[in-house]
Amino acid sequence: MVLNLFKKKKKSREKSSGVFKKLIQGLSKTKNFLFTDIDNFFSKKRAIDENLLEEIEEILIMSDIGIEITDFIMKKISKKSKKLASADELKELLKQELLSLFPEKSDKSNELIPSKPHVIMVVGVNGTGKTTTLGKLAIRYTLQGKKVMIAAADTFRAAAIEQLEIWAKRANASIIKHKEGSDPAAVAFDSVGAAIARDIDVLLIDTAGRLHTQKNLMNELKKIKLCCEKKLKQPPQEILMTIDATTGQNGLSQAKLFHEYIGITDIALTKLDGTSKGGIVACIAKNMNIPIKYIGVGESIEDLQDFDAKLFVNALFE
Amino acid sequence: MFENLTEKLNSAFKKLKGHGVLSEKNIEKGLKQVRMALLEADVNYKVVKKVISDIKDRSIGQEVMDSLSPAQQVIKIVKEEFTSMMGSAHMDFNVHGKLQSSIMLIGLQGSGKTTTAGKIAFYLRKKGKKPYLVPVDVYRPAAIDQLKKVGANLDIPVFSSTIDMKPLYICQKAEKLAIEQGYDTLIIDTAGRLHINEELMGELLQLKQGINPSEILFVADAMTGQDAVNIAKSFDKTIDFTGVILTKMDGDARGGAALSIKAVTGKPLKFIGVGEKATAFEPFHPDRMASRILGMGDTLSFIEKAQDALDQKQAKELEKKLRKNQFTLEDFKNQIASVKKMGSIKDLLSMLPGINKKQLNKLNFDDKEFVRIEAIINSMTGQERRFHKIINASRKKRIAKGSGVSVQNVNKLLKSYTHTLKMVKKINKGGMRSLKSMLPF
Repeated sequence: MVLNLFKKKKKSREKSSGVFKKLIQGLSKTKNFLFTDIDNFFSKKRAIDENLLEEIEEILIMSDIGIEITDFIMKKISKKSKKLASADELKELLKQELLSLFPEKSDKSNELIPSKPHVIMVVGVNGTGKTTTLGKLAIRYTLQGKKVMIAAADTFRAAAIEQLEIWAKRANASIIKHKEGSDPAAVAFDSVGAAIARDIDVLLIDTAGRLHTQKNLMNELKKIKLCCEKKLKQPPQEILMTIDATTGQNGLSQAKLFHEYIGITDIALTKLDGTSKGGIVACIAKNMNIPIKYIGVGESIEDLQDFDAKLFVNALFE
Repeated sequence: MFENLTEKLNSAFKKLKGHGVLSEKNIEKGLKQVRMALLEADVNYKVVKKVISDIKDRSIGQEVMDSLSPAQQVIKIVKEEFTSMMGSAHMDFNVHGKLQSSIMLIGLQGSGKTTTAGKIAFYLRKKGKKPYLVPVDVYRPAAIDQLKKVGANLDIPVFSSTIDMKPLYICQKAEKLAIEQGYDTLIIDTAGRLHINEELMGELLQLKQGINPSEILFVADAMTGQDAVNIAKSFDKTIDFTGVILTKMDGDARGGAALSIKAVTGKPLKFIGVGEKATAFEPFHPDRMASRILGMGDTLSFIEKAQDALDQKQAKELEKKLRKNQFTLEDFKNQIASVKKMGSIKDLLSMLPGINKKQLNKLNFDDKEFVRIEAIINSMTGQERRFHKIINASRKKRIAKGSGVSVQNVNKLLKSYTHTLKMVKKINKGGMRSLKSMLPF
């Protein structure tokens, strides 16, 4: 049955899961992102034939990059591949094509915070890792010597506030909270006010997870943003959307609708430490021109890393 | 992106009319569309490959039936193939008729285990069970608090775990307590974990061996992509779970993961989560899921919802009135109330085949319209409701004032009512069909 189909793949995966050993930090972890299996069959000797192209197609689709982009890339490379001599050269070409899906890096990601407080709203669908990402960011900024405040604007989910309190303690950040079930926009408004009054550098606003198709909840998010804007006299500097790396084609719909309602400035791709490739962000980057800022590769603090398309594509193929 | 597969197939098969049998050549184009639809729905690449070749084998050589268009015929084969792959009719939890049982929930982080735990407890209590929620997620900050709150909201007892306890210890202690207190079904909410985390997977196995649950349910997010096969397979290999629950089905994900998971594990899909409330929990229907994955709409759910909302007795009375052409504004109001009971118009429309999701989002239909219509009719006198013709300008002004709308709104309503009345006279048949034409848009 279909079961047999998966037996072949298993071996290579077992091998690659060894890469995930905590010891090997940084880029080696992101190696698994998108292209794990590619090196295996790009040898200099291998000729470019139908089989190879089909395998490339399979890898692209299996990475969740989507059929549309897969077709787009396949068309491009199969056209050019006729002039190439070996699979090795094709790899270079594929690398270039994949890289060109991501928007040019603006070098903004680590620059100093120009205006105070720097407000970051964290948004996303339920269970995509908003609170964990926010917690890691809080610790990151604290370690940079910034004064950090957290706003518990997820007033809906049971114990969301308690969860955030634990993170605030870990990050040594102050927290602004109301009662469970209160208006999240009011929490956001108060937190901006408090951040200004207490001379806070970075204010991180946690919001409740919501499905992008729920109009009322999406309008609520809009209201939260507007309330921040009112107090801040400008829109929040960052609206960071978390996308779960295991998400399939629905990720594009998520990003589109969140962007439509509140305008996403960056994306954090979470849970990349599994076996999912997270290819949907390439699809999002290409379609919407929104930069991917962070990747989450584990539960500890250092597991939130900057995303760098060039660096990791190069590291993968060198 | 997600246009209707039926439409796509129809256009792919346009030229096929008049051909005697489905041949490899003439269904190729159509199957390409099916493949695209499946990949867009996140069905695993290899599963798609297998399904497509099966469908091809079955389709080739079949005579093009008179009653069906070639597109419909291929869809019929695809749907049958899918439905059979996804398993037979709905299966309930394996806890009924037992004195003492337990259900363990497992899955990745953020797949919706805790929310599902509350829903299962709520469902089982309705079925006469005495559920006991047991939080064993000692890792994620405030995870135990979350389940405690879920339990408190539903008035379902929760074992008071603390983060310094070992998961197995919690379960054993909870089991003892459950017997003492007379709770018959333990619902064990485990921590989310990665399928490649050997240590945590080992912990699950230990729990399984220690408490021997009657059900181990793998909770999976309907939005999961291609990797669903690896995740499900790893969990199944280590734990050998007994069933699957698909969560977040209220979004616009097509849920191809369902097919992938079923294909690699062979385990039944039991329930789906369709919202954040405890009641947003429905039995899994293979045929409906097949339609959804194919992007063909969920006609059955629509019909079921409509049946639920329409009071049969009321419907009969209405039919009588319609036949006698005695359909008053009061009846008009009742009809709107029963449509309202079915949920938001958008939700309902999205279940129908042939409705383009994109257009639906643009439609922006305001469900508040119904509230307005009800308010206007409520502001009328009984006589006005029975004989709408007596409503003159000054009455209109009074009604508008009474319901807080403008005279134009009152006019609009009367217009759509008289339009309906005309339709009723024309059709004079009753039932769903007239109800559709009654909608004021």
